[in-house]
Amino acid sequence: MRHRSLLVLTTVITTGALTLTACGSRDEAKTGDNAGGGNKTVVVIGVDAPLTGSLSALGQGIKNSVDLAAKTANKNNEVPGVEFKVEALDDQAVPASGQANATKLVGNKDVLGVVGPLNSGVAQQMQGVFASANLAQVSPANTNPSLSQGDNWGKGEYKRPFKTYFRTAATDVVQGKFAAQYLFKDAGKKKVFVVDDKQTYGAGLAGIFSEEFKKLGGEVVGTDHVTVKETDFSSTADKVKASGADSVYFGGQYPEGGLLSDQIKKTGAAIPLFGGDGIYDPAFISASAEANDGDLATSIGAPVEKLDTAKKFIEDYKAGGYKDPYAAYGGYSYDAGWAIVQAVKAVVAANGGKVPTDARAKVVEALGKVSFDGVTGKVSFDEYGDTTNKQLTVYKVEGGKWIDVKSDTFNQ
Amino acid sequence: MHELPQQLANGLALGALYGLIAIGYTMVYGIVQLINFAHGEIFMIGGFGALTTYTALPSGTSLLVAIPLMILGGALASVAVATAAERFAYRPLRSAPRLAPLITAIGLSIALQQLVWQFYPDAKKAVTFPEFTGKAFQITDNLAIQRSDAFVLALAPLCMLALGVFVSKSRSGRAMQATAQDPDTAKLMGINTDRIIVMAFAIGAAFAAVAAVAYGVDKGQINFEMGFILGLKAFTAAVLGGIGNIYGAMVGGVVLGLAEALSIAYIEEIPGMQQLGGGAWANVWAFVLLIVVLLVRPQGLLGQRVTDRA
Repeated sequence: MRHRSLLVLTTVITTGALTLTACGSRDEAKTGDNAGGGNKTVVVIGVDAPLTGSLSALGQGIKNSVDLAAKTANKNNEVPGVEFKVEALDDQAVPASGQANATKLVGNKDVLGVVGPLNSGVAQQMQGVFASANLAQVSPANTNPSLSQGDNWGKGEYKRPFKTYFRTAATDVVQGKFAAQYLFKDAGKKKVFVVDDKQTYGAGLAGIFSEEFKKLGGEVVGTDHVTVKETDFSSTADKVKASGADSVYFGGQYPEGGLLSDQIKKTGAAIPLFGGDGIYDPAFISASAEANDGDLATSIGAPVEKLDTAKKFIEDYKAGGYKDPYAAYGGYSYDAGWAIVQAVKAVVAANGGKVPTDARAKVVEALGKVSFDGVTGKVSFDEYGDTTNKQLTVYKVEGGKWIDVKSDTFNQ
Repeated sequence: MHELPQQLANGLALGALYGLIAIGYTMVYGIVQLINFAHGEIFMIGGFGALTTYTALPSGTSLLVAIPLMILGGALASVAVATAAERFAYRPLRSAPRLAPLITAIGLSIALQQLVWQFYPDAKKAVTFPEFTGKAFQITDNLAIQRSDAFVLALAPLCMLALGVFVSKSRSGRAMQATAQDPDTAKLMGINTDRIIVMAFAIGAAFAAVAAVAYGVDKGQINFEMGFILGLKAFTAAVLGGIGNIYGAMVGGVVLGLAEALSIAYIEEIPGMQQLGGGAWANVWAFVLLIVVLLVRPQGLLGQRVTDRA
C-alpha cells in the first residue's frame, strides 16, 4: 500500500506547511554600505520586520527608514567616534522567525538597539530574548497594550513586563477607543458588525473597539473571524449584509481587510469598513479597485505629510533613492532609530566619548530619558516604555486615496 | 435560513474554482502518481500571465474581449512553466523513489513564488487585477449572483465537458487513459508516454490559468502567494473527490466549497455550537468532512479502489 502511506505522509506535510505558512527566503540584507571610517567604533542598529511576504510593503519601509536614520547620524557625525550600521533581518511576520532573529541580534555584540518588529504577535516572542540580554528594542508599529503594560492591563493593573521594550506607536487602547468614539459620535453609526483575524493585534483591537462602542450606547449586531492569507470572505460578507449593520469594524491587516471590504460592497451592502493602522496602507485600496470609497482607518500620529518636522524626512527619503516607499510606519521607524542614536549619544558622552563595555544596559536606561522633536512629533517614552505622543488621525478613502478627516489627541 | 440560497451560491462558486485547480493535481497524480505541490504556483503564474496580457492590451479594451485573450496569455505562461518543470525538475527523477519528486515539487513551489516576488514589477504586495464592473444579477429577492461568480459557474462545467470529451473520445485522451492504467504496457503498444505526461501537466496548467483569471476578476487582485492556500484547498478537493478521477476533482471542489460556506453561515446557529462557527472554523469543518469521507470511502467520493502497482 505504498500509495496510501504516501498520501498520509503528504497530508502530514500539508498540515505542517499550513501551520508554518513560511515560504520565503531569508533576506539578510546588510545595508550599512559606508564601511570604513578610520578607527570609529561600529554600533549596529538591528532591524526586524517582514521583508518578504504579504506585509513586506510595510517591512521594507521600516528597514529603509531606519537605514536613513543611521545614515543621517553618520553624515551629521551625531555621535563622534561612532559609526552606525544597520543589520536587517526578515521575520516574515512569523513569531518563531522573530525569536530566532532576536537571538541572532543578541549574539552580535555590536548591536546596541533593535527597531522592530511590525507585528505584536512577533514582538511577544522577541521581548524575553532581548530582556535577558539587556538589549533595547523600539517597535515602530506594535500596538497591543499587554506588550508594555502587562497581561492585566484590562483590569487596570499596569505592570511593565520587560524594561527593554519601547515603542513609538500608540497602543490599541488609545486607537480602539478613539475609533469607537469617532464612529459613534462623528459618523453617527449605531449598529456595527465586528470582524477580526484572530491575531494578537487584530483580535485585541476589535475587542477594545467593541467594548467602547457598547459603552457609548452602540450595538454590536454580529461578529465573525477570518483566517489570515485566505481570500474568499463572501460567506462572511453575506452574514454582514443579513445582519443589517450600518458599519463594519475590522481588526486585522490590509491584505484581508481590502478583500473583505470589496466583498462586502459586492453583496450590495453600501456600508463603510473601519479598521486600525493595519489597514491604513495604499495596498488596502489598490487591492480592491475603487469599491471601497468611504472606508475608514485610524492611524497613530498626525499625517506625516502634514507635519513640518516630517518634510525633511520625506525629502531625505526621496534623495536616498530607496526602491520601496516609506509606507505607514516610515516616520515611526525613523524616530525609533533616531531614539536609539540619541540614547547611544548620551551613553557615549557620559563615558568620555567612548562606547562603554556595558553599553547595552546603559542604552536601555538612556532610552527611557530621550526626548527630541522627531518626524512624528515629540518623541519620548513613559514609565511603561510607551510613547507619550497620543495623537491619532482618522483617514477616509476618497477617490482611491486615503484622506485625513480628523486628527486629535486622545485623553483616556 | 433566509440567506441560504446566497450561501449556496457562494459555496458553489468557490467550489468551482477549487475544482478547476484540482484538475491539475488529479491528472498528474493519475498518470505519474506525483503530487505536484508546485501546482498552486502554476495557478499563480497563470494569474500573472493573464495580468501581463491585460496590461499589454490597449487601455479601455472591454473585459469581454480581454478575458479570452487573458486566459490565452495566462495559459501560455502557466503551460510553459509547467512543462518546463516537468522536463527539468520531474522527468530526471521519474525512476527515483517517490519522495524525491515530492520534495522537488515543494522546493519548486517556493522557488516560483520567490521568482515572481523578486522580478514581477510591484508584486511584493497584491497587484490590481481588472474586475467586472456593474451590478450583480439579482435572481430572486435573496439571491444575487456576482458577475464574476456567474463567470466561473459557467466556465467550470464547460471546461469539464471539454476535458471529458477529450479524454474519452480523442486518440490522445485514450492514450492518456492507457498510460494511467499501465505505463509500461502503454509504451509497448507504441504510445509515447513522455508526450502523454507532458500533456497531463499542460492540461492541468491550462485549467489553472482559467481558474486564475476567474479568481482575479472576482477578487480584483492577485498576489505572489495566492497559490499556496488555494493549492492546498484544491489538493484537498482532489483527495476528497478521489484523486486520479477528473470528475472527482470537480465534485470534491464543490463539496469542499459548500462545506466552507455553510459552516461559516450556520454552524454557529446550532445551539451550543456558537463558539465553533464562523469564518475562523470553516477550515476545521472542511477538514472534518474530509476525514469523515476518507474514513467511509478511503478512495474518495468518486475514486476507484485501485490495486497499487508494485
